[in-house]
Amino acid sequence: MDFLSYLPFDLPHPALLLAGVLEGTVLAAVLALTALGLSIVFGIMRVVNVAHGEFYMLGAVLAWFVTTWVAAVTGGPPWLGFAVALVIAPLVVGAIAAATDWLVLKRLNYDPEATIVATIGILYIIQQLALTFYGPYARPVEAPFDFRVATPYFGYSGYKLVVVGAAIALMLVVWLVLTRTRIGLVMRATQYDRETAQAFGIPVDKVYAGVFALGAGLAAIGAVLIVPIRQADYLMGGDPLLLSFIVVILGGLGSLRGTLVAALFIGLADGLISTIYDATLAKILATLLVAMVLVFRPQGLFGARAA
Amino acid sequence: MLTLKDVDAYYGNVQVLRGMALQARAGEILCLLGRNGAGKTTTLKTIMGLVRAQTGTITLDGEDITALPAHSVPVRGIGYVPQGRRLFAEMTVAENLEIGLMTRGRGRDVRERMLDLFPVLRDRLKQVSGTLSGGEQQMLAMARALCLEPRVLLLDEPTEGLQPSMIALIRDVVTQLKGGDTAVILVEQRVEAVLSVADRVLFIENGAPRETVDAATLRADPALVQRYVGVG
Repeated sequence: MDFLSYLPFDLPHPALLLAGVLEGTVLAAVLALTALGLSIVFGIMRVVNVAHGEFYMLGAVLAWFVTTWVAAVTGGPPWLGFAVALVIAPLVVGAIAAATDWLVLKRLNYDPEATIVATIGILYIIQQLALTFYGPYARPVEAPFDFRVATPYFGYSGYKLVVVGAAIALMLVVWLVLTRTRIGLVMRATQYDRETAQAFGIPVDKVYAGVFALGAGLAAIGAVLIVPIRQADYLMGGDPLLLSFIVVILGGLGSLRGTLVAALFIGLADGLISTIYDATLAKILATLLVAMVLVFRPQGLFGARAA
Repeated sequence: MLTLKDVDAYYGNVQVLRGMALQARAGEILCLLGRNGAGKTTTLKTIMGLVRAQTGTITLDGEDITALPAHSVPVRGIGYVPQGRRLFAEMTVAENLEIGLMTRGRGRDVRERMLDLFPVLRDRLKQVSGTLSGGEQQMLAMARALCLEPRVLLLDEPTEGLQPSMIALIRDVVTQLKGGDTAVILVEQRVEAVLSVADRVLFIENGAPRETVDAATLRADPALVQRYVGVG
């Protein structure tokens, strides 16, 4: 290990490194889930959903409402309210997304440019409604359980590790649905050729509504999982939106594999750099990386080059 | 029987079909002939509901399907082999067939019949369809449409860009549909291919139907072909 003494900087303490890796893994897991929603929506519908972060925020805010309501009505343990929130929040957010698709995106005939402007509008509408009915405060949601896992240096939140496991399981389910089921087959057919899909009886409008709801629902699940770690507030959609865009641009828009790899990379890098150095530096480096990818490989690391 | 009566259709503000009319009968092959841009492909797309008929009616065995949403048309039993095949290129051969089977809820027995009809596909079931040769892709496009067990089959230039042996194979399959329960509407540029399989030929000019002629009459009078498509 003598060669380490020749490095032009001091290595951080192993405890700090481990903390960075663990925090980065948690961020990567939730980020992958959120970015996956954005990527699926773009991949199948060719819609860049700028309001994606607000569906994430709605999921977190609904988690607070549901857990508070369940605790008040039943007086039950925290896991009960959390479990109900984990079911209710993505369903409600998915329904709102499907309604948004029907009311706005469908009427714009899913035109790529028009839907960007429209989803910016939707972003502000959702945000201001949350401010009106939820208020400007950040509110905590109690973790469904609390145990610590011992590491050589410190005890680490068991809940955070469960979040990682849950996110991986959910992504596996999404992958299985997309690649092994009839619903996935229909979604992929719509993605590859909308007109031919219609010529084989696929109701493209319904598929789009379902995909938009699925994308928003995934963001909402990510938010419910994260809200016991960070509080719910009406402005919390900005960061995940930025990071999700970074992830899908790096991974290649519409590429499931690329999204997962890029989320892992960005999550770990963000976790390590934020823990050891500074959170702003982490964002600057991630944005710089995206700029380089856009210059040298605009289709992303795993995306197909446009014909 | 599929019937079009006085159908007008537009791309934006441009009128592309003007009073289109035709009848396709079960067991018969009706060929659409005309110059490039005459409206042959648009006629097929209008039947499929992919281009909206602004006026006129399209009926299938007496049922008015003019205003049906596009995804409901194939469910009624109209199969479509688009120009350029339009396979789901990143899906496997098996998945492309599955899409066809799902359209009208057909099962494994229909798939087996398609694989017997096009045996080369049986060895390629797990292959990504975009990597097939042109001829194999055309076979898959036809098999996918035939998986609907269609009452009407629309074929848009199925032999375009294929080598002679593949053209013969496709022609054989189309000919096998004669006398059965399926009406075939075939768009084809190659006049000799049309004359070898067609029962009747509808000449189209500037988006309008001009004349329907028995193929036998046409074979005896090549000047008719010369008049509408400029080749003999």
